[in-house]
Amino acid sequence: MKVKMISRNPDNYVRETKLQQHKMPRNYDPTLHPLEGPREYVRAMNATKLDRVFAKPFVCNLSGHRDGVSCFGKHPKQLSTMATGAYDGEVRIWDLANRISSRNFVAHDGFVRGIAYTRYGDRIFTVGDDKTIKVWKAEAPEIGQDEVPVNTILSKFGLHGISHNHKDNKFATCGEVCAIWDEKHNDPLKTLKWGVDTLHTISYNPVETSILACCASDRSIILYDQREAQPLRKVVLTMKSNKLAWNPMEAFNFTVANEDCNLYTFDTRKLQTPLKVHFDHVSAVTDVDYSPTGKEFVSASYDKTIRIYNAHHSHSRDIYHTKRMQHVVCVAWSLDNRYVFSGSDEMNVRMWKANASEKLGVIRPRERVNFNYQEALKQKYAAHPQIKRIARHRQVPRHVLNAQKKMRTVKEKEQVKEANVRKHSKKGKVPYVSEKKKHVLKEEV
Amino acid sequence: MTKTAPKGRPKAKTPYKRYFEVEKDTEKDGGGLEHVKVMSKKRQNFTGDFVRMHNKPKKPRPQKALAKAKQEEPEPKPKRNPIPEELLKKYSRGEQVQPKGVKTRHFKEQQTRKEVYLEYATEQAARTELLLQETAGQLEADEGETTAEYRQSQIADNVDLQSSAKHFNLNMEFGPYQMRYTKNGRHLLLGGRRGHVAAFDWVTKRLHCEFNAMESIEDVQWLHVPTMYAVAQKSWVYFYDKKGTELHCIKRLNRVNRLDFLPYHFLLAAGNSAGYASWLDVSIGELVGNFNTGLGDIRLMRHNPRNGVLCIGGGRGVVSMWSPKVREPLAKLLCHSTAMTALAVDPKGQHLVTAGLDRAVKVWDIRMLVHDKPLTHFQLRLPANELDVSQRGMLALSQGTYLETYSDLLSGGGSGDGQRLPYIRQRCDAFVHGLRFCPYEDVLGVATAKGFQSLLVPGSGEPNFDALEDNPYETSKQRREHEVHSLLEKIPPELITLDPHEITGVDAPTLQEKIDAKRKLFHVKAPRINMKTRHKMKGRGGTAKAARNKQIVKDAKRKEFIAEVREAKKDLIKQHTTKEGAKGKARAPRSVLDRFRPKPPKKQKT
Repeated sequence: MKVKMISRNPDNYVRETKLQQHKMPRNYDPTLHPLEGPREYVRAMNATKLDRVFAKPFVCNLSGHRDGVSCFGKHPKQLSTMATGAYDGEVRIWDLANRISSRNFVAHDGFVRGIAYTRYGDRIFTVGDDKTIKVWKAEAPEIGQDEVPVNTILSKFGLHGISHNHKDNKFATCGEVCAIWDEKHNDPLKTLKWGVDTLHTISYNPVETSILACCASDRSIILYDQREAQPLRKVVLTMKSNKLAWNPMEAFNFTVANEDCNLYTFDTRKLQTPLKVHFDHVSAVTDVDYSPTGKEFVSASYDKTIRIYNAHHSHSRDIYHTKRMQHVVCVAWSLDNRYVFSGSDEMNVRMWKANASEKLGVIRPRERVNFNYQEALKQKYAAHPQIKRIARHRQVPRHVLNAQKKMRTVKEKEQVKEANVRKHSKKGKVPYVSEKKKHVLKEEV
Repeated sequence: MTKTAPKGRPKAKTPYKRYFEVEKDTEKDGGGLEHVKVMSKKRQNFTGDFVRMHNKPKKPRPQKALAKAKQEEPEPKPKRNPIPEELLKKYSRGEQVQPKGVKTRHFKEQQTRKEVYLEYATEQAARTELLLQETAGQLEADEGETTAEYRQSQIADNVDLQSSAKHFNLNMEFGPYQMRYTKNGRHLLLGGRRGHVAAFDWVTKRLHCEFNAMESIEDVQWLHVPTMYAVAQKSWVYFYDKKGTELHCIKRLNRVNRLDFLPYHFLLAAGNSAGYASWLDVSIGELVGNFNTGLGDIRLMRHNPRNGVLCIGGGRGVVSMWSPKVREPLAKLLCHSTAMTALAVDPKGQHLVTAGLDRAVKVWDIRMLVHDKPLTHFQLRLPANELDVSQRGMLALSQGTYLETYSDLLSGGGSGDGQRLPYIRQRCDAFVHGLRFCPYEDVLGVATAKGFQSLLVPGSGEPNFDALEDNPYETSKQRREHEVHSLLEKIPPELITLDPHEITGVDAPTLQEKIDAKRKLFHVKAPRINMKTRHKMKGRGGTAKAARNKQIVKDAKRKEFIAEVREAKKDLIKQHTTKEGAKGKARAPRSVLDRFRPKPPKKQKT
């Protein structure tokens, strides 16, 4: 007879010394792993719950300003450096790694309206209410020496914003006109004007670097080309846009933060209808900034919250708020895609995690594998009602909740009214208009 | 009215020429675009790179050549290490989803991309087969012999020392025994009818505890860890730990006959002599289900490891399947025309094996309950009183003191079966009361009226265990770690359904459900209206008036509701009638020649 039985040599299954890892033989045969679906579901549920448990986005508070924070300037080369300007004309440079203010100086009389670093981050341009553009060195002066601007340019027009070109030595300011400047000259190379209204924000396109966009107080968004003598195009919305940000990856798209609680993402080639309307804020949106991946953006609002949106979704993925944060004026997404900064009226700059439940610090390989697995599970079971409910739930401040309810009621009422009007009028007289088309008044070329 | 050409500029006959358009080459040029000679970079007043434009017209390929090329197209290169088809099938989680019905291009692409990953995952899993360390056991007869002839002593003599030590007999006098192995096959629990309980590591023969409960014992069962077990005693179920210390007395489970444990749900299932099936969640100590099955004394009970459903065999030859949260059986299966004597579910959860007093043993496919015929049917000389199926699909059955194993559940027989002889047979010295294959070992444990026997059945157990699932060599630290993890992944009892993949499927209402929902519309009741009248301080209110007002509101609401339902019903009826009407007037397909047919007579005006 030929006979063989399962006879395991324990040496192959038991570790020899305590210094060794345990031996864990695997067998991926599906029949040895029954109830795969339900077990995965429970794991996905746990992962979603843990995600909510660990969602503590607030990292730190950078205090030092003596008045409300008005604008941010991101350093293009250093992740740990950021400049902020305040309502009292003070500019502070922050060392974000150590969470301290490394340098501060009074740059302007009145508000600091805009801060821009040069291409390589060696100079800082600031504009203020005193109609001056000041140029500062990026590194702090030696001990005992005063903070003196390298150059001060007196502008003929009021200045409301500044943006630096991403590829050459030009920068642009906005105010009564849009002016293109060269770093080396004290006069603008060119001024561009369309209408008489004030332009309050300006932004260079990061990829097609000679294109820039402005928001004007006549509710319009104007596109310029710095090479041309005339503005390119203009689109008028129903309400004023406060800020504008270009998508750094799909550079033909930009998003504007609008006064009517919404954000609008436009395709420059088709300004007639926005690509997406982003809802959820309950008060005027004051600022918007894209993540460097171009997949998400963060928006600040007068309703004392900041929200993070997926660029292709119309509702926000997350909301950040604290009891002490007042009207948020400016936001920035760090260039390593991990943090979000917000500056608000009550003089503080806050640092948040871009992904609320992300673990900071060193992540070991096995931990990383586990996080990836949990992420995959969450995605796979995202549509299940229980999991969806847990993942979506956010605690919001009472005033936001009330405002949301109010807005919902208003909207419902409008819909009902429209439906009634439609019911009682001739067929086709009251057309259905999509939400996207409601907010754009006209496009001018 | 006839259409006229729009007035104004006459239509240009030739399209306008654009300054940037490349002139089309004429035949005279001899085809092909001549390259414009550009001056060297320096001589031009231009700084930048030239972008080469490919505006050569494509030569039309001759059709025949193309067809030929297609035929000659070499086959895609075979992969370097191809994986056999059956291996891929083993690890596959089902067929690919066809992106045909997906609505948008985006999701279609997403789906196809996902399929690529899934296929890769299956492939990788199949490749791990190479890393498995052990091979399954086997027993082959010499020429002129059959495996059924071999005695246990012969087999034990011919295998290695370690394996031969797995064959042993225990003679005990506390009468008919029940036995269980742990899930990892390392520990053994014995319970004698006359109160004897013994738990030990049967591989090393190290005794954990042994005591007498001083009460009759019906059944024993390990819990989720090999340090705790449950014993169904005369009136209640008791929990003991490894040392024999009594941990709990579950008085809510009384007069229990059969115990079973669902490891992934942490449920201790019990069937009692009054016909109650109960599920106790051992992690929180609560009964998640406890109801009367109406089957009478439950003597045959096994759970299906594939989906956690409890299979209970009744005296009428019916197997019913139960879930703790549903008070009716999920399915019923008429297996025998006589009373059943034994029942077993295959560890993979594919087959159900039943035996009845009609001396038949039948194998059923419990994944496809629509078939009303068994897959296999063995007829024995005596009814089988105990059954079990091993991990690799061997069947063991006992008839009184005689015991047989078959090498395959479906075809039966042993190796070299000319006369359909069993694989191994054995005559025990006493009546067999319990029969279990040991997981991950080639061992069959037999509990008899006089003790316990451990028999060698080469080829019955799965040789390669997954250490993250069941580890026979686990240390106490690993055991604790595993316990915590499995507790975190405890499946809620609501998810016990016949199809375990239901949770991953799409929840689309079936046609039957849709029809039912529509039909329900005809039997809806008006909702009850609970109105609270405002408490008025002033005026001539009075209870009578308030009541009248209430009645008015209620009537109004009811009328409204009835009107709504009537409207809905009307719609429903309309839908169906139009469909039927259309069917009645089904027209023949129109043909070109129809116009030559005689016209139908016109209706006369009255």
